[in-house]
Amino acid sequence: MTQTMLETDPLVIDGIPLGSRLIMGTGGAPSLDGLGAALLASGTELTTVAMRRYSAPAAGSTGGTNLFDLLLENNIRVLPNTAGCFTAREALMTAELGREALETDWVKLEVIADEHTLLPDAVELVEATEALVARGFKVFAYTNDDPVLALRLEQLGAAAVMPLGAPIGTGLGILNPHNIELIVSRASVPVILDAGIGTASDAALAMELGCDAVLLASAVTRAQDPVAMAQAFRHAVIGGRLAAQAGRIPRRTHALASSAMEGRPDL
Amino acid sequence: MSCTAPDPLAAHDLSTDVAVIGGGIIGLGIALEAQRAGHRVTLIDPAPGTGATFAAAGMLAPVSELHYQEENLLPLTLASAALWPGFIRALADDGYPETGFRFTPTLALGADAADRTALADLREAQTSQGLDVAQLTIREARKREPLLSPNLGAAHLIAHDHQVDPRAVAASIEARLIAAAGAEGRGEDQTVVRARVTALLHEDPADTRSRICGVLLDDGRSVHAREVVIANGLGAAGLGALPEGLVLPLRPVHGDILRLRVPEHLRPLCTATLRGVVRGLPVYVVPRNDGTVVIGASSREDCSAGVNAGAVHQLLRDAQVLLPAVAELELIETTARARPGTPDNAPLLGRVAASDGTGIPGLIIATGFFRHGVLLAPMAARITTQLLAGVCDPAWDRFRPDRFSPALQPQEIP
Repeated sequence: MTQTMLETDPLVIDGIPLGSRLIMGTGGAPSLDGLGAALLASGTELTTVAMRRYSAPAAGSTGGTNLFDLLLENNIRVLPNTAGCFTAREALMTAELGREALETDWVKLEVIADEHTLLPDAVELVEATEALVARGFKVFAYTNDDPVLALRLEQLGAAAVMPLGAPIGTGLGILNPHNIELIVSRASVPVILDAGIGTASDAALAMELGCDAVLLASAVTRAQDPVAMAQAFRHAVIGGRLAAQAGRIPRRTHALASSAMEGRPDL
Repeated sequence: MSCTAPDPLAAHDLSTDVAVIGGGIIGLGIALEAQRAGHRVTLIDPAPGTGATFAAAGMLAPVSELHYQEENLLPLTLASAALWPGFIRALADDGYPETGFRFTPTLALGADAADRTALADLREAQTSQGLDVAQLTIREARKREPLLSPNLGAAHLIAHDHQVDPRAVAASIEARLIAAAGAEGRGEDQTVVRARVTALLHEDPADTRSRICGVLLDDGRSVHAREVVIANGLGAAGLGALPEGLVLPLRPVHGDILRLRVPEHLRPLCTATLRGVVRGLPVYVVPRNDGTVVIGASSREDCSAGVNAGAVHQLLRDAQVLLPAVAELELIETTARARPGTPDNAPLLGRVAASDGTGIPGLIIATGFFRHGVLLAPMAARITTQLLAGVCDPAWDRFRPDRFSPALQPQEIP
């Protein structure tokens, strides 16, 4: 399936085609082996890692297996992120750390307002996006489900906008589908639904709303059976994408038989 | 490096039956049981008991530490928890009663509605494994522990999860090792060698999969031994002349842990070990005999060995959700140490495959105990002592230290 999607319907970000529209996070995984099995089962080709939580090993070090070895071994591209940063300044420094350690311009920009909600701080986010774009980063901006802000981030040069479905780790699903639809309808960069996903149907809904991809971590890493849940998301994202392109029927108040009563062929 | 012919000039070299590399709780436990089994033992560590053992809270908690997808570990953790009372009794019988062992129960507490659901789901997994977890009302829990916050969402009683004080156990074992060897005329400097091991010594210096016959120290001396046990945690992977092809995938998982003194008027702060899930984050409060409590522990993979301010804040914040009176305590110690993590969170324990499929003679590995080092120490000691006696229980094959070494797996016959 992945191969077909890569040929027929790849997700292209910054000129790079990806066959999977499921982007994974790594936080909350109980063991390295468990995380590896879940990432493999998800079919993901892009996975985000918190630079403040996992230090990339020094070049040439032969330390034990770590998260970065795991991604490398499985041909999964790393998207460093700035999780845990509360100011534009911290986010900038963390992004530079990620670029240096992992040799990629890509960064998922997260600037959090407070620990209680983990919601993005719009003012710091705008400032950090501007600064990172100026420094040559490809910014994946984690943002509120605010259509005005999402468009503004794109205008500032973000390579992708990542509106949240619900606050991080809540598993509440997509709380404002209308806003997500509005963001998608006005965007000319990829829109990636990020945060708040609880179960497979949430991811399918995001794709049906027109999102280009879905990013999630806790929904898989904190599930009782992460591998089974990762498989569920892999299918849900493909299903939602196909449904979005297939042209759904209009919602009607009154029933409409699938075969007309008159002149029905006698099969 | 070879050791077949001990250098007669190197009069300061040591000779022993079993050389144990690493003086944490695992190495000490192994040395103790090996000594009890009649072997002459030499424990080698520049500073015994100052690594992860120094930080550890000492919870003996196979039930509350059951994690999803890690049910394979349960037979080992349960067996080891069952050995602890006897392990403690034997130390006391030898004249070393200071171990901080307490038959205190454990209370699993949840703060909000989601934590309540998480604990209820976990209880289902625990009881399906035949483990004893009783649901309490918050009122019942507070009758046992009056200082618990009334604002809790869930409380479960786990009667069989107890605790020891790892620092006290380590000190008692070390003293016992030295005294028992002394009674047989062996000096302290032969029993506990305060040096670092740089490399293993092989019977055939050209073949790292040949018999191991000792270790080389950083002060230039050698310790010649019939058996070498590698039990130095994260340091194991850095030893020189490990068997070719052996991969020990250890990574540091740093933990911050706090020690606090409870003022007289608040004693006892709690009588059970409290393990909370506070808005999805774990925190525990372990009461000690001396009126102090241990609050822990963070889990960081940021390669930062010092105490992390954010982690200390989070631990104190979440502990206060369980016990508001924590704010009144005197913070007397913050400690950070690294746990030796493995990819599957299970230990690396046993012999390493030689080219003929049997174990490499003279070598046993016991590391990678991650967050279960204290709990698993008696079982690590028992399994190692059995291996020393030539007994290999297939029940523990899944913890083989060479399971992550593709080059050492049995070859499929095509």
